[in-house]
Amino acid sequence: MLHDALTAPLAEPDAMRRALAAMFALSLSAAPLGLILMLRRMSLIGDALSHAILPGVAIGFLIAGASVFAMAAGGLIAGFLITIGAGLIARATTLKEDASLAAFFLISLALGVAIVSVKGNDEDLVHLLFGSVLSIGNAALLFIAGVTSVSLVALALIWRPLVLDCVDPGFLRSVSRSGGAAHVAFLTLMVLNLVGGFLVLGTLLAVGLMMLPAFIARFWARDLTAMMAVAVGSAIVSSFAGLFVAARAGLPAGPAIILVAGALYLLSVVAGPVGGLIWLLLPRRHLEA
Amino acid sequence: MAALQFCDVTLGYDRHPAVHHLNGTVEAGSLTAVVGPNGAGKSTLFKAIVGALKPLAGHIERNGFVARDIAYLPQVADIDRTFPINVYDMVAMGLWRRKGVFGGIGGDTHGAVEASIAAVGLTGFEQRAIGSLSGGQMQRMLFARLLVQNSRIIVLDEPFGAIDSRTAEDLMHLVRRWHTERRTVLAATHDVELVRAAFPRTLMLAREPVAWGATRDVLTAENLEKARRMCEAFDEAAATCVREAA
Repeated sequence: MLHDALTAPLAEPDAMRRALAAMFALSLSAAPLGLILMLRRMSLIGDALSHAILPGVAIGFLIAGASVFAMAAGGLIAGFLITIGAGLIARATTLKEDASLAAFFLISLALGVAIVSVKGNDEDLVHLLFGSVLSIGNAALLFIAGVTSVSLVALALIWRPLVLDCVDPGFLRSVSRSGGAAHVAFLTLMVLNLVGGFLVLGTLLAVGLMMLPAFIARFWARDLTAMMAVAVGSAIVSSFAGLFVAARAGLPAGPAIILVAGALYLLSVVAGPVGGLIWLLLPRRHLEA
Repeated sequence: MAALQFCDVTLGYDRHPAVHHLNGTVEAGSLTAVVGPNGAGKSTLFKAIVGALKPLAGHIERNGFVARDIAYLPQVADIDRTFPINVYDMVAMGLWRRKGVFGGIGGDTHGAVEASIAAVGLTGFEQRAIGSLSGGQMQRMLFARLLVQNSRIIVLDEPFGAIDSRTAEDLMHLVRRWHTERRTVLAATHDVELVRAAFPRTLMLAREPVAWGATRDVLTAENLEKARRMCEAFDEAAATCVREAA
């Protein structure tokens, strides 16, 4: 029954086109964010945040049923509240930001699942957790396109302080106050993209499209710009390949997309030109200089 | 004329002072070494000078300068060397005060960046990732960024820690040049011999100023011993300081 619910819409080619468009848009903005997150050594923050939006989504669902805007609004509110809350606790107490976020996300996940089960059935819960990329409507598509547009413009605006805050925060503080603002803007974009990702991939898998391409990029490029291109490229390839594999093999689409990304990741770990395992094992003579 | 003036400055974290009641003046064009044991408050003082840390009490006069216009060399340990950024981009960040968050870095400023990279002997390394640099090359790159900043006041946090003598000599040559150009330079270091040889003035810090003045008057055995003892006192349950401002 679960299987049917997730794969049924594949019969409609229109659904496939929408799914492709949504995943293309999401790849463009989520992958660069994931890259920055990885470089800031905050890889697991994405995970924590994506779980944290669940109770907001669930409350939206409770109030208005499966309405995109109710759920997205709930997710955004929950995401911002928790980001701000965790930030404040990290500042005011000795708990680090990642630890206080982890505390929030565990509470949120439990709360979210409890709220959904009050009204929904198991199928609803599966949709919330793992997404429904093949049944997204115009509203969700527009929301995702909006998120991508806002994210790309905002990322371009905060790029310089964001990068310098990662490499040399002490120097950035000595020349400018923009580091804090860039960090807040960055977390805002994270929440936006995770809510966008939730609409297609669900709260549990949304972060997969953000982080796996970033990890893949580490194995293929040494330079930030090139890493960005690899991350976005592998996110798009995973989305498209995942959707087609799902259609052919009758698999649920969200997990298929993340599995393709996972396969690319494993391939990169083994064969990636920058630090891939294969290069460590091959006996190669050292260079002249 | 004073470049920097400390007016009863107390700096610290969580109300625990790291630098206690500092008063004094850094003359414009002076070359001052800041010495003291680990934990003496040298880095904390520098962070406050460049405006990255707000004093718990007192204030710092910068006589017409904005904190952000002071060039700052952070400790290498504070830099994430695994980040995929190249030498050119890192040095070009010295243009921040002129270019800000959005300004393009190209034609007009390219020459200044290249010249600074050449001045520290890193020509040809422009496209190298910072992670592939040796400790000495890393420090040379950060000095190139200081050159690009072209500031009248320069603050160096442990510029000669863990680098070989040749690199230290080359970088010290730049410091001497800044001094002849009448720039104000402050440098934290543990190298007492270097301070005796090259720095006319010294501030000895041990969470409180121990001595401040001409280097030969400050670097006495008595003062060094006093500084060592003062740094070993840290009380988690210390009472509120009621000392009057001098």
